[in-house]
Amino acid sequence: MEKIVVNHLNFYYGDHIALADTSMSIAEHRVTALIGPSGCGKSTFLRCLNRMNDTIRNTRAEGEILLDGVNIYAPGSDVVTLRQRVGMVFQRPNPFPQSIFNNVSFGPRMLGLAKGSALDDMVEQSLRGAALWDKVKDKLHQDALHLSLGQQQRLCIARAIAVKPEVILMDEPCSALDPIATGHVEELIESLQEHYTIVIVTHSMHQAARVSNFTGFFWLGKLVEFDATEKIFSRPGQKQTEDYITGRAG
Amino acid sequence: MNRHLAQEIAFAVLTLMAMMVVIPVFWVIWIIVAKGSSAISWTFLTQMPHDGMTAGGILPAILGTFLLTAGTALVAIPIGIGGTIYLAEYARDTWLTRCIRLAIVNLAGIPSIVYGLFGLGLFVLFMKMGTSIMAGALTLGIMTLPVVISTAEEALRAVPTEFRTVNASLGGTRWQGIRMIVLPQALPGIITGVILGLLRAAGETAPILFTVAAFFLPVLPRSPFDQTMALPYHLYVISTQVPGMPEEIQYGTALVLLGIVLSMNVFASVIRSYYRRKRQW
Repeated sequence: MEKIVVNHLNFYYGDHIALADTSMSIAEHRVTALIGPSGCGKSTFLRCLNRMNDTIRNTRAEGEILLDGVNIYAPGSDVVTLRQRVGMVFQRPNPFPQSIFNNVSFGPRMLGLAKGSALDDMVEQSLRGAALWDKVKDKLHQDALHLSLGQQQRLCIARAIAVKPEVILMDEPCSALDPIATGHVEELIESLQEHYTIVIVTHSMHQAARVSNFTGFFWLGKLVEFDATEKIFSRPGQKQTEDYITGRAG
Repeated sequence: MNRHLAQEIAFAVLTLMAMMVVIPVFWVIWIIVAKGSSAISWTFLTQMPHDGMTAGGILPAILGTFLLTAGTALVAIPIGIGGTIYLAEYARDTWLTRCIRLAIVNLAGIPSIVYGLFGLGLFVLFMKMGTSIMAGALTLGIMTLPVVISTAEEALRAVPTEFRTVNASLGGTRWQGIRMIVLPQALPGIITGVILGLLRAAGETAPILFTVAAFFLPVLPRSPFDQTMALPYHLYVISTQVPGMPEEIQYGTALVLLGIVLSMNVFASVIRSYYRRKRQW
């Protein structure tokens, strides 16, 4: 089952083309990893999926991205609702300088999803979903910035899933974390795919191999190869892919 | 010359210069407190002046200054903060926003007496408000705008872009982001700016000279369209226009004005340092 279908996507920063003729199908309730060297377009691609690139001026997208069959770049399409359905976790943990509770409840409060005890339940569910509940249940009203970086990142994941998205985009979510915290987040990604479709950009090929079902390899603004992760890492179809994953290029 | 000695001399000179900033402040405060504190009494603060203002209290001037400052706040806060949010959060760099910014810079540079004449022309005469609290507050409000806008804009820009990005990524509109995360984070800075602006307005004489201030009124103002006495103008009047004025009343009046302004200033600094310590990004 395909959640997102990208057809012939081009993306420009001014006159510079950052992504050329990219097509990909992203499977529902699976983890799709995007790998490639810095500046290859993988993050740009990720940010097209929730139109986060719209906030950068002088950029332009061509082609179409279908979310459940509906083109999110169609004129008149509602970007705000799109971003509720397609959530995002960023490279650096970025909780608001507020309490843990306020961080997780931020989205639901803003969108008017719940109030009072229903909101409390939602916060608990989201923190449980991010495997953080047991760590923080006694200090929900403490400042989120007192958590460790790894816990902050899981809090950001809890904050993202609190608005009940269908897809979660992760932009190198472990690059600021130590190996143990990285392990926790990877386990979390594993468990999240039951309810969410996940697309993750990662610099670590090991991480892609560990967490994902499908992998796309980007090189100089092009999607070179896209296939089952297992196949990409054992029998890549392209020489460039093989060179990159074996460490000969990149 | 020995470079260590050069360093000692440089430090000594720089310290002296820094001290020279401090000395006049304490000197002014010292003189005013020394000469004025004997005038301060409950009667002085709560009674009407009598005997040609040479006796009694300065209640109408104190009250007038509070009314004018409150009126200034009513004008400057909504326009200043609303305009700042537009400029900092929504506006793109177009000829229109550049015009607005240029106007703000110029507003800040206009001498206060010119504001007074402008208020006389526009509010008192053209809009037929007469010399009134209304006209004075509007004049002071416009004069305060640039201070409010520039500090509030700085406070909004200090809120990391990340927070706005996260808000967008959770399906928030830009306005929701402003309301729920940007404004609360920027609020201490904005409050500081507002207080500093109001403080300046509270101590101004020139803008209220033609628009609201009364030489002497036997009764307290009852509506926004009444004239009022005000501390800075009253101080000017009793220092230069009334022969035989006891010195302690002059200094006592100055002390009251100074007390109001300094306590607001301290309040603003406390808010600022409190939130600065709490802020962690």
